[in-house]
Amino acid sequence: MELIDLTLIWIVIIGFGVFMYVFMDGFDLGVGILFPFAGSDEHRDVMMNSVAPVWDGNETWLILGGAGLLAAFPLIYAVFLPALYIGVFLMLAGLIFRGVAFEFRFKAEPHKRRRWDIAFFGGSLVAAFAQGAVVGAYIQGFEVEGFSYVGGAFDWLTPFTVMTGLGLVAGYTLLGATWLIMKTEGDLQTLAYRIAGRMVVAVLFVFLLVSLWTAVAHPHILERWLEHAAVLWIFPTLSLLAGVWLWRGLGRRAEGTPFIATLALFLLAYLGLLISMWPYAVPPHHTFWDAASSPDSQLFTLIGLLFVIPIILAYTAWTYWVFRGKVRIGEGYH
Amino acid sequence: MMELDPLLLSRIQFAFVVSFHAIFPVFTIGLASYIALLEGLLYRTGNPAYEQLSRFWTKVFAVVFGMGVVSGIVMSFQFGTNWSVFSYASANFLGPILAYEVVTAFFLEAVFLGVLLFGRDKVPRGTHLFAACMVALGTFISSFWILSANSWMQTPAGAELRDGIVHLTSWSEAIFNPSFVPRFFHVALASFLTGGFVVAGVSAWYLLKGKAPEASKKALQMCLIMLAFAAPAQLLVGDVHGLNTFKHQPAKVAAMEGVWETTDGAPLLLFAIPSQSQERNFLEIGIPNMASLILTHEWNGTVPGLKEWAPEDRPHMPIVFWSFRVMVGIGLLMIIIALWGAWLTWRDRLVESKRFLRLTSLMIPLPFVAVLAGWFVTEVGRQPWLAYGLIRTAEGLTPSLTGAMALFTLVGYVTVYAVVFIAGIRFLVRIIRQGPDQTDLSEDHPGAHAKRPFSAADDKTMA
Repeated sequence: MELIDLTLIWIVIIGFGVFMYVFMDGFDLGVGILFPFAGSDEHRDVMMNSVAPVWDGNETWLILGGAGLLAAFPLIYAVFLPALYIGVFLMLAGLIFRGVAFEFRFKAEPHKRRRWDIAFFGGSLVAAFAQGAVVGAYIQGFEVEGFSYVGGAFDWLTPFTVMTGLGLVAGYTLLGATWLIMKTEGDLQTLAYRIAGRMVVAVLFVFLLVSLWTAVAHPHILERWLEHAAVLWIFPTLSLLAGVWLWRGLGRRAEGTPFIATLALFLLAYLGLLISMWPYAVPPHHTFWDAASSPDSQLFTLIGLLFVIPIILAYTAWTYWVFRGKVRIGEGYH
Repeated sequence: MMELDPLLLSRIQFAFVVSFHAIFPVFTIGLASYIALLEGLLYRTGNPAYEQLSRFWTKVFAVVFGMGVVSGIVMSFQFGTNWSVFSYASANFLGPILAYEVVTAFFLEAVFLGVLLFGRDKVPRGTHLFAACMVALGTFISSFWILSANSWMQTPAGAELRDGIVHLTSWSEAIFNPSFVPRFFHVALASFLTGGFVVAGVSAWYLLKGKAPEASKKALQMCLIMLAFAAPAQLLVGDVHGLNTFKHQPAKVAAMEGVWETTDGAPLLLFAIPSQSQERNFLEIGIPNMASLILTHEWNGTVPGLKEWAPEDRPHMPIVFWSFRVMVGIGLLMIIIALWGAWLTWRDRLVESKRFLRLTSLMIPLPFVAVLAGWFVTEVGRQPWLAYGLIRTAEGLTPSLTGAMALFTLVGYVTVYAVVFIAGIRFLVRIIRQGPDQTDLSEDHPGAHAKRPFSAADDKTMA
């Protein structure tokens, strides 16, 4: 086993799984956050129908994240979840309300529909915020003794994590808006263009703010940035270019480019985060290698996953293809 | 203020969220197979009655599956939030098993469900059937893994504890641990019984109301034939499962049978009020020697009593004892109904027997009660252990968890689930009240595939 670093392979797999989640559930949570901005009930129907066939598969990546961490990095699982106890509950409550809203909204009597609109919006918003706060909490680090979290219930809730929470809300909103640009037409698409334009500015601003704040609050990260500045300059530069690409795509009313460009922005931010935190899984003390499960368990799971994940990607891609194209008013099985 | 015990609150919370979750998959496993069967019959015969039934039950499935999914996501985080020490200690086994469940089952169900629900007019009929089969297959693969994990906690094998951490010695022994096979078949049958009795109950109610009579009669007959085999089979499989428990977890069986003192020729208690503190039963009514006969296959066989274990190592007898009786009682009732129904089907007197139809529709909630009672037997009966003989429940708790935090989330989950459950039940009742007749009227847009426009009137032309 000395030849292959299983832990490194697992970092790639979990990293991939978490990114798949952030990107895929990101756009459907974003559609939920945009719900109140729709002008009419028909538009809300279209918005929901644009993600209804795929949201469940998207959310499964979150469960893979949870189970994958337990399988490969149990320390992360056993420290993050207790440390984020209240936040995890809020996220789950949010996901529950927005998840059932997909079915319930269409089945409710017209005058009660509003409730499930609110559940869909509120659930998406709370889940997005909580996930953003998790990112902030990861940067902040955890109070750990041995292999257990020993901090308090609200250590995760600080001005910094509130900002990362709001940042991810903005990011998901941008993803949702660019998704809607791709999947809708007419008034709704125009609205999506307008909101996406505002969100680009908000997201780039948050990027900048989080970076500066991190540099000030966590000198060791700033040190790392400066030390590797010769290579790391590429990240802010590429992010800025992706922002410009996105902005110009919106300007010339491109339909696919804004979504792809947003995806690129997310990927850059995500890689930047990992590189900044490397090699810490549970900062400030434990690395990914400290957090790993036994090599035997990592290997046993790896064999199956390497075989099955490509199949999952294939049939997931196939369903997106089945449901390709614009969603129109009056479509859907309800 | 009273001291809040995070351990007790966490146990209540886990029992609550897992019980709430368990009722959905046990129904959807059976229902997914039924829908796949209907789609298969539709594909082969082109009979619109099957499409009518499939469309209707797919609507029900969507609501129930949605509630199952969202309450399932909670489960995958519950281990970490409240039982982090146990998660960390058992991660080498439970982690891979749950990861395999996600990649081999959850994705399959979730992704193909989209096609099943929304793709009828977007994919060829054969592909739609394939999607229905994949969803059904996913539910079974899922129960394979999760029951392996649960069974391992009941009868750990293929693993050893080193420095408080579980390390695997044999994956095959761990996955196929001693209680896994009987538990798997017991739960799979329970799923068929649950799905079967719900579909049968709803169809019986439609027949009483004269709603979609042809399709309802067909559905009821299909269910009753299946139930006539599955309900008696469950008695046999349950017996095998019980014997397996007797061998590996005798304390649980002592609690199930209400036996305090080790007894030769123990009676089968039909009624008793066990007292955990006084270590005895009140008001016992039993059949002499029957418990020994069932468990040891000998008239005077020895059944170990719960007093063989120290008080701190005993499961709570009253809960286990009564849950067991509720489960078995409902199981026996199911056998009676199923055989009666099969006889009526055979004599073709199903539609006339109003009493049978009424009773069958009243059965709808009972399988769920039986399933929960069964889980109570096995889970409460495992106490005070998380992994039997390896890790105690009290040792598995998250150290940083305070009573206030646990109370907050317990109240939170109860509130959220109450809202979701009440709304979900109301929508289900409405869908069922509407019935299969109207299911299709609102969505008869011309599809890309040869889809017969059909309505209530077509029922009459159905063979």
